[in-house]
Amino acid sequence: MPLLEIDDLNVSFDTGDGEVHAVNGLSLTLDRGETLGIVGESGSGKSQTAFATLGLLAKNGRASGSIRFDGEEILNAPARTLNRIRAERIAIIFQDPMTSLNPYMRISDQMAEVLMLHKGLGKRAALAEAVRMLDAVRIPGAKDRIRLYPHEFSGGMRQRVMIAMSLLCQPDLLIADEPTTALDVTVQAQIMRLLQELQAEFGMATMLITHDLGVVAGFCERVTVMYGGKVMERAPVHPIFAQPTHPYTRGLLQAVPRVDRGQETMQAIPGNPPNMARPPSGCPFRPRCAFADEDCAVMPPLAPAGEARERACHRPVKEVAA
Amino acid sequence: MTTPLISARDVNVRFRITRPGDMPWTAPRHLHAVNGVSFDLMPGQTLGIVGESGCGKSTLARALIQMAPAEGQVIWQGSDDLLALSPSRMKRYRSEIQMIFQDPLASLNPRMTLGQIIAEPLRTHRPDLGRDEVKTRVRDMMDRVGLLPQMINRYPHEFSGGQCQRIGIARALIVEPKLLICDEPVSALDVSIQAQVIELLQELQSDLGLAMIFIAHDLSVVKHISDEVMVLYLGRMMEKAPSELLYADPQHPYTQALMSAVPVPDPVIEREKTIIPLHGDLPSPMAPPSGCVFRTRCPRAEAACAEEVPQPGRGRHQCACLFPGRLTAEEVA
Repeated sequence: MPLLEIDDLNVSFDTGDGEVHAVNGLSLTLDRGETLGIVGESGSGKSQTAFATLGLLAKNGRASGSIRFDGEEILNAPARTLNRIRAERIAIIFQDPMTSLNPYMRISDQMAEVLMLHKGLGKRAALAEAVRMLDAVRIPGAKDRIRLYPHEFSGGMRQRVMIAMSLLCQPDLLIADEPTTALDVTVQAQIMRLLQELQAEFGMATMLITHDLGVVAGFCERVTVMYGGKVMERAPVHPIFAQPTHPYTRGLLQAVPRVDRGQETMQAIPGNPPNMARPPSGCPFRPRCAFADEDCAVMPPLAPAGEARERACHRPVKEVAA
Repeated sequence: MTTPLISARDVNVRFRITRPGDMPWTAPRHLHAVNGVSFDLMPGQTLGIVGESGCGKSTLARALIQMAPAEGQVIWQGSDDLLALSPSRMKRYRSEIQMIFQDPLASLNPRMTLGQIIAEPLRTHRPDLGRDEVKTRVRDMMDRVGLLPQMINRYPHEFSGGQCQRIGIARALIVEPKLLICDEPVSALDVSIQAQVIELLQELQSDLGLAMIFIAHDLSVVKHISDEVMVLYLGRMMEKAPSELLYADPQHPYTQALMSAVPVPDPVIEREKTIIPLHGDLPSPMAPPSGCVFRTRCPRAEAACAEEVPQPGRGRHQCACLFPGRLTAEEVA
């Protein structure tokens, strides 16, 4: 049984502009200890998938479908059920470590609170465990610095604190929503390496949500590419980078500037991302796709294409991948 | 030899910092944001400025146009020193040097239509132009940057990030500047849109003969657009070289570390490459290390690095390091 099983997830929001469909019929599975990358640009629905999983959608959001965690249905589950699972079994780290830490509380109190609430530890034991975890994320002088407030840490250090906090209860699943986007590249490299080491040490499954294909290439075993709320392609990391078979995956890979190659390799995808209040009919990538024809007015199903790969495209693999 | 469009010599920016509780007689504290940076930029060329947050890259660009308090010299086309000009004499140069910003939506007035936004610089700098002429120029410029004519009466919030950046570019180029300063113009955009904006800038540059200063925190974006690249750290220039030289053979340990940290979208390369670790955090810019400012995090630092401030030297490839050269495997480990 997979650890996380999302089946036909739909997320929509009631807005002044009408109903906005953020996620459309998403299905995915994640096994224990596995690393899955969810790649997409703004408006692709990647973050809303994570929020729906944890019951963190905004007030005007609605989710339907099914999300089973360790066999238990958790989509739209009552707060009582979710509060037990959140933090204890599924933890999340966000993009901006400043806004996700409480600025009025010392790090020590914020971290101890988690353990006292979820594990019933006493304050002294909780603090000792918190220090141990700050050591694990390699914060130098953790014993003294735990008494500081969030603003006394640098951005990279704050993200380490966030990671330490998320791992306190040794979750089975860690959702990392753009964990390094707000950080400098050298700090990003440190944080991704740290996540890798912690993953090996604690063995939790990780869902890495990002727009950065380079980060995915270094960290994930499997990759799901989303666009306009739908899955475009998914495959293990090596084949999807070596031979992308969906026009969007291919376009995305060609659009990334690369530090290790010459100038001729960068190519833009024309057009703009879809307005999710008025998405195009059929395949959402159709208006920007070089391969699109009249068939694409109907959304192609996500179909198997070779070993462990699935893609949602009407055009044959050999035409796109050529 | 052609005269440089802009020639900066020993530019320094110091901010005076007051803290809560400071008394009028408290000795002022200074933050030295840019420290002795020099460069030449030829007409039609692009200088990339790279560094992490707090390295002074934006401050340096702002200093050139008197948007930050600077000392030193910035000679425009071999004649006037931009830093010594009075505000009224500087105004002439404001149409020669234009700027585009990181957050495309925040840099547009939400209460003005696209047409008004793009026309405004013309109204300021070219009051001699008639209404019809302004309109024609706005339409031409919109066409140039890929905005459709029917968008002219819409407001900024109706556009996506990439389109807003196009509006920002149109607004900057309408006064036909010779130099365009781009302060992280693509950092806030989606990957597929980043490439569009960079292609557009390159196209406009070759059509209009623009010179550009392109600021980014990421070496990979800068690579695709720059003729020359300068790497800053804590307000000082670490290395400067023609693009192809810098990427093929970086000499400064910091440049090498920065380059190794950029993720490469290829799992084979990404998993095998060595990332040069930088230990600790960025030192406080209020109290930078003595000697070489990078020495506290440098894998190659020696005692001499604390004593002497390394000078970048002259020539095409400049490197401010006492012990330049590629890091060896032992140093990296």
